[in-house]
Amino acid sequence: MSDGTLYDKVWEKHKVTELPNGQDQLFVGLHLIHEVTSPQAFGMLRERDIEVARPDLTLATVDHIVPTADQSRPYTDDAAENMMSELEANVRDAGIDFLDPTTGDQGIVHVVGPEQGLTQPGKTIVCGDSHTSTHGAFGALAFGIGTSQIRDVLATQTIAMEKQKVRKIQVDGELGDGVEAKDIILEIIRRLGTEGGVGYVYEYAGEAIENLGMEGRMSICNMSIEGGARAGYVNPDETTFEWLEQTDYFQDNPEEFEKLKPYWESIQSDDDAEYDDVVHIDASELEPVVTWGTTPGQGIGINDPIPAPEDLAEDKQDTARRAQKHMRVEPGETMNGYEIDVAFLGSCTNARLPDLRRAARIVEGRQVDEDVRAMVVPGSQRVQRAAEEEGLKDTFEEAGFEWRNAGCSMCLGMNEDQLEGDEACASSSNRNFIGRQGSKDGRTVLMNPRMVAAAAVTGEVTDVRDLKEVNLA
Amino acid sequence: MSDPTEEIPEVDYVEGTGIPIRGNDIDTDQIIPARFMKVVTFDGLGQFSFFDQRFDDEDNEKDHPMNEDRFKEASLMVVNNNFGCGSSREHAPQALMRWGIDAIIGEGFAEIFAGNCLALGIPTVTADHETINALQQWVDDNPDGEIEVDVAAETVRYGSNEISVSVDDAQRQALVEGIWDTTALMKANQNAIQQTADSLPYL
Ligand code: SF4
Repeated sequence: MSDGTLYDKVWEKHKVTELPNGQDQLFVGLHLIHEVTSPQAFGMLRERDIEVARPDLTLATVDHIVPTADQSRPYTDDAAENMMSELEANVRDAGIDFLDPTTGDQGIVHVVGPEQGLTQPGKTIVCGDSHTSTHGAFGALAFGIGTSQIRDVLATQTIAMEKQKVRKIQVDGELGDGVEAKDIILEIIRRLGTEGGVGYVYEYAGEAIENLGMEGRMSICNMSIEGGARAGYVNPDETTFEWLEQTDYFQDNPEEFEKLKPYWESIQSDDDAEYDDVVHIDASELEPVVTWGTTPGQGIGINDPIPAPEDLAEDKQDTARRAQKHMRVEPGETMNGYEIDVAFLGSCTNARLPDLRRAARIVEGRQVDEDVRAMVVPGSQRVQRAAEEEGLKDTFEEAGFEWRNAGCSMCLGMNEDQLEGDEACASSSNRNFIGRQGSKDGRTVLMNPRMVAAAAVTGEVTDVRDLKEVNLA
Repeated sequence: MSDPTEEIPEVDYVEGTGIPIRGNDIDTDQIIPARFMKVVTFDGLGQFSFFDQRFDDEDNEKDHPMNEDRFKEASLMVVNNNFGCGSSREHAPQALMRWGIDAIIGEGFAEIFAGNCLALGIPTVTADHETINALQQWVDDNPDGEIEVDVAAETVRYGSNEISVSVDDAQRQALVEGIWDTTALMKANQNAIQQTADSLPYL
């Protein structure tokens, strides 16, 4: 049993009581909702004539179905329009703040929460979305939840949960040029497996994590769920506090910042905290990681050979065979040189300002390959505006990228942005499952944003470090 | 403090007429096809239960017990083995419940499906192949015949028969003691919730 970790401390602070069914009842500090998973829960509440308990601790955005090209209403897709109108009605009735596209603050739920300054250390945060783990980057306990649990939270601002084990993932050493946070998490999932985290919460620690900015930490925590962990977090430090201090929320409430800082420091894991498991990773050994298969755990260094299924653990062999058939790759080959048709720079993993900046530096003065469809979908309207102001939009457009409005877009193809047929996509998102990007024959290769940029200009999966005169600063 | 279980109905006993749905490994895609999930509430899902089994491409009715008038009022579904396998969608039990089903008697259920049923207060009770077959036959012959499911005693009575069934221990306890509904369970702790909220520095 873990003891003295951030997880233990924040859990205890939010524990209301133990329920007769053996679970703990936890208070929820922030409930984020979006259009896809919340409407059924609101419906259940209406059926029982229950009001939303804490609209003041609930925040809504629209991201999954929102068109990223023409956003005029009504949306051309009736189902999308319907979901949007339903969310509008629900938040109006309940008095919940809604970051709709007219506010200039709309975006992917896991991008806007932190931007608003509402994602804070030592808070419990839930959302009907598995990538809620993203918010753990700030030292929050953040969980994705299901429909019945959304109903519970709307009705009571609490959730029933069992406590999990804590695994510390210690990432020491320095990352090499061109290697980034995304590569760390892809490597962790490759090593521990997509089910390795079941029953655990991941604490990311060590020099390489401490050296990351908040955006990099978010990329890592975001994909905790792909490693099977219900949540992931990084202990808050000066980097966290500086980031929070410049948000509108704390700019408007500087005394609140001073008041909360001691609390944030108090919930850091103790130096002598006990963990259920500890794993070590040496960041200096990492290369850019790309996936060769159809789960995020099927990753590999860009210059390493794709494994033969028979060399993998027995329970992984069948999946590997099917994945290699689907992706049309052979054991022994590297992914370097794998032809792509689409480059997607977006999603809650890698569509924040620093991600777009790094990628822009790669495409600057270059042209997207003539056979490639390339698009940038900023994570939020704020990211979009900031990027436009500093000229990133121009850089991308001059290179031949499409510049879109904020949303989930081709990360899951629930709007009009989808792969067609068996197109292969270099993607900065987090899931390469078959069918994920909207086509059942589509092929997704996950990678970091600079690698997506490099693939866009060469038309094939490319080691970004091999590009001539490339700016990897 | 109020009794946390006060508001949650105890589901120790369910009665009604039956409807037989035959076949092993009926997955949640059959129970509610994925295309009916791009919706905003579970409210209207009942009519789409087993839609592709009940209607052809032109929306004409096919032979299916759920299309038969004699089973229209049924509230107990009698099924075979591994019922509810496949995707974990909560839409499946939601659709059946909204069609009118209060309990399901079968040879076996997929684990997640049974869990989703429990969250709605729907008992999933099991018996062996012969017992279920006989019950399905009886329901066919007696569409108006009352069936009584006693969850606590783990028995099912119909006609002049009484059969033993199994109910998973945790499920039985949750249903019989009325602790299956986490919303009601947690809502009862208003004071403790407020106390916790008051103790948090950021609120
Ligand atoms: S960007 Fe992708 S992973 Fe993130 S919330 Fe949207 S659909 Fe989910």
